Parts: sequence; C-alpha cells; structure tokens
Amino acid sequence: MSIDIETARRVAKLARIRVAPEDLPELAGQLSGILTFMEQLNEVDVTGIEPMTSVTPQRLKRRADVVTDGNIQAQVLKNAPDAREGFFAVPKVVE
Amino acid sequence: MTHANQLTIAAARDALRKGELSAVDLTMSCLTAIDAGDALGAYVHKTPDIALDQARAADARIKAGDAPDLCGIPLGIKDVFCTKGVPSQAASNILAGFKPEYESTVTSKLFTAGAVMLGKLNMDEFAMGSSNESSCYGKAVNPWKVDARHLTPGGSSGGSAAAVAADLCIAATGTDTGGSIRQPAAFTGIVGIKPTYGRVSRWGIIAYASSLDQAGPMTKSVRDAAIMLGAMAGHDPKDSTSADIAVPDFEAALTGDIRGKKIGLPREYRLDGLSAEVTALWDKGADMLRAAGAEIVDISLPHTKYALPAYYVIAPAEASSNLARYDGVRYGHRAKLSAGDGITEMYEATRAEGFGKEVQRRIMIGTYVLSAGFYDAYYNRARKVRALIKRDFENAFAAGVDAILAPATPTPAFGLGEMGTTDPVEMYLNDVFTVTLNLAGLPGVAVPVGLSASGLPLGLQLIGQPWQEADLLNHAYVLEQAAGFVSKPEKWW
Repeated sequence: MSIDIETARRVAKLARIRVAPEDLPELAGQLSGILTFMEQLNEVDVTGIEPMTSVTPQRLKRRADVVTDGNIQAQVLKNAPDAREGFFAVPKVVE
Repeated sequence: MTHANQLTIAAARDALRKGELSAVDLTMSCLTAIDAGDALGAYVHKTPDIALDQARAADARIKAGDAPDLCGIPLGIKDVFCTKGVPSQAASNILAGFKPEYESTVTSKLFTAGAVMLGKLNMDEFAMGSSNESSCYGKAVNPWKVDARHLTPGGSSGGSAAAVAADLCIAATGTDTGGSIRQPAAFTGIVGIKPTYGRVSRWGIIAYASSLDQAGPMTKSVRDAAIMLGAMAGHDPKDSTSADIAVPDFEAALTGDIRGKKIGLPREYRLDGLSAEVTALWDKGADMLRAAGAEIVDISLPHTKYALPAYYVIAPAEASSNLARYDGVRYGHRAKLSAGDGITEMYEATRAEGFGKEVQRRIMIGTYVLSAGFYDAYYNRARKVRALIKRDFENAFAAGVDAILAPATPTPAFGLGEMGTTDPVEMYLNDVFTVTLNLAGLPGVAVPVGLSASGLPLGLQLIGQPWQEADLLNHAYVLEQAAGFVSKPEKWW
C-alpha cells in the first residue's frame, strides 16, 4: 500500500497537524515506507483469532458512583495558555 | 577512591543506616557530578533545592530509625513522569512550560519511601525513539566512548541510562513501551527491568501507548533493580490496569540458586545477519546459567518476526489517540495565531510547531490505521497477531520453561546521527528483541554481560512469566554474578 500526496494531506488534516504543501511528498514517502513494513502482517494466518483487547485479562474494579474530587478550578486552569474568568479561552468558534 | 555518587542503592542504603554517610553528603556528591556532566545532556531540569530538602528530611528519618530502603537515595527521574511544580514535558515542545499540579503515582511512592529527586532526565520525545535524538532538549550522549564519535545512550530512556552509567545519580526511573528501558540499559552497561504490564501504576506518566507502557528502574546492579522495583510497584486505584496483586520482597528473592530451572533459547531470535559477537555473548550467557545448574532448552516463538510490524501499528494507533489532548487549550504550547484564524487553524499550527517529526509521523500513521476502511486491515489484524505473539510465550511457559534468555539488542551502541536518518524503519529494528515482551505484557530485564571487540557494553535479556519478577530477577542476579561485569566508562566529559 503506497500513500499518495492526496492521502498524506488527508491524514495530516485528520490528525490536525499542519504540513506545508512542499513537505507532503517526503511525508507520503515515509508513511508509505512504514506501511510497507507493516504489510508483513498479511502473511500471518489469523483465522479464528480474537483481536487482543487486554494483555492481562482482568475485570475492572468498581467503586461507588460518587464524587471523589473537585473544587480545584484554579489548579485545572493553571497551565492553560489562555484562561479567563474561570474558563479556557479559544479563538471564536461560532460567529 | 570511590565517591559517594558511584555507590549502588544497596551500598548507599547500608552506609546511610550505619551513619557512615549522610543523605545530604550523598546528594551533594551527585549534584556535583551532575554539574560536571552537562556534556552528557542527561539532565534537562535540575532540582537541587528539592533534592537537598528531601535529603535533609531523609537524614532526620534515618536518625529516627524510620528508614525504608530508598530513604536518602538520590534518583534521576525521566521527564515523562509528572512531578508537581517541576517541568514535565516528555521532551516535547508541545508541553513547554507545563508544570503539573500533581505528582505521578511512581514518584509519589518513591518520595514517600524517602527517595531524593535530583532532576528530570532526557528522553526521546514522548518516548518515541531508540537513540534519544528526538528530544526537544537535544541529544543525550553515552558516557561510553571508544573513538572520536559520540555514541547514543539508546532510547527512549537515554538520559536515565547515561545518568546511571556516568554516576550522575544512584539510580533512575525509566519507562518501556517497546524496549525503552532495556535497550538503553544494554547500550550503557547497566541493569534495567520492564515489569509485567500492570505491576507499576501508569498514573501521572505522560502516555505514549497505554496498552504497552510500563515504568521500571534503571540501576547499577540487579540487587538495586530489585530494591527499587519494590518501591515503585503496587496496586493503584487511579490506574484501572494496575493489578491488585501483592508485591513480593524482590531483594529477598535473590538467592543465587537457579538449580533445576529451565531456560529457553528462542530459535527465531537467531536472526540472519546477527553479529558473531552478539551470538557468542548469547551462547556465553547460556553457558553461565547452565554452569549454575539450569537446564538450557531450545524453544520456538514462531510469530517473533511479526512483532515489530504489529507494534508499529498498535503503538502509533494508541499514540494518535493519547496525543489528541495536545491541542493548545489546556496546557503547554499554543501557536501564535494570524488574523482570522479559527480554532482548527489553532490546533493545526500548535501541533505542527509543538510535535517533532517522529512524533508527527507516528500520530499520522496511527490516524491512518484507525481511519475508516483501514481499521480492520491494519489495526484489528495487528491486534490478532499480538494475541498470537502472546500465545507463543504461553506455549513455551506451559511446556515448563521458567525464563527465556535472548540478546537485548542486535548491536552495541551506535554513533549519534548514524541511524534512521533517511529511513525511519532502520531505527525501529533496534527493538527487535525487546518489543515482543511489551506486546505479550511480560517482564524482561537487561543485564550487562560483556564488552564488544570495540570496548562497548553488551547486554543480554532475560524474559520471565507474568508476575514472576522475583524469580526473573534471581535469574538475572545469577547471570550478573557469573558475568562479573565491572567495567565503567572512562570519564571524558
């Protein structure tokens, strides 16, 4: 499977990473190389095998559905690049 | 003359308890070595004030007779661990300025046990890499040097490995997703153990691939690894994948007796093109264990060859999901916006500026293999192959094998800038012997066993059964004693 420039552009968009148009050919080449490496997996007979979901089978622990934490607004916002009046601030989303 | 910073955990612990050494003096000795070791690029945030405060508190505890094993022991902490009020960036520009408001479970346990934090250690960005070259802080350098070149300390825990090997700490924390504790340990002549998945809490460790990540100690001896693992391990309600299983006394398990144990040598690990030197080291290691009374048997792990390609589907898939949180809103870097830029432009510019090239590649590979139409072909297939890889190990253990002996790395440390510059896959091949364990969730330990013809350390890897780290460390202890590896890098920095 080889990734063309259009697919590389689409993947970058899905991943929300800006890639300059002149960098797309090299990126497409590298992604193709990695995917070619993965193609070896097609040699394996996986008939009847369940995809692994948990490497150490265990039932997740449960606890009462109660509030155990909170009232730490200042701490939550402390590392925000832009926090105002108790909110995370972002560029205008809705006109 | 031995300086205090050159001590092992065990020796320092005993000296502290006897009153022959104070935690403050021991810490000062490490801080002095750290300041003289900047050329190694190991420490990326030094925390001498915290260290000395913790050392003074440790001295008071020791005096009061309340001294756990790690009380007063100065450690380096990989930058991937969130440490309260101290920069924790996973070596990424996207977390520039981030100072956590909380403490990771591992560091919290270590500090509760009285350990001293010297600073944060260099690594590959988001733990993605095998050479510590993809760090926003710049490279870490291997203290081992045999010619004009600077060598890699390995990765991703390269700063941890360099710091331990160069005595810039007594021991360090590492994390291992595909080999990131064991490969750098092997490249620098130290010991590193990746525990069973679930043995150590992942809470507060900046995530790369959650189903594979596991933290562990990087130390100067197997005994030290046993002591430190005991302090790091244990159930944590804040990590739902951490196992509620009792933590044994790992140090007490180091009896040196492995008579009657069965050690498997997987034939699929004898790769075409594996150097004669590494093959000879492996045979030598098997001889040592045989001489100690173990039985050496040939075993087969037929899906070995598919471990790396499966890993490079699963790990990037999980990374693309885990790293979606870095969007310039809640923490870290946000790109400067141009007039008219909306929120999508903010995300795209922030992530392009904040993530390095290898991280961007893995996010995009992960995005691709999870995208509609490819999910079954890549991601589900890789998870099925992962199940088969785990079954290979289960079959070997069911046939009576107690532990498996293998090389840790295909080569000794390589030169910085020599690997993977044009083809990322070339770098990935470094993990060929280590990545299988992460996929199977098994514990593995790298032990220094000898020197290459060029004078660089070479390590072997022992692989154990799930939750049997105590038994595994005992095997490693026997190998360590038999190998008698005492070489240290000659100081050039």
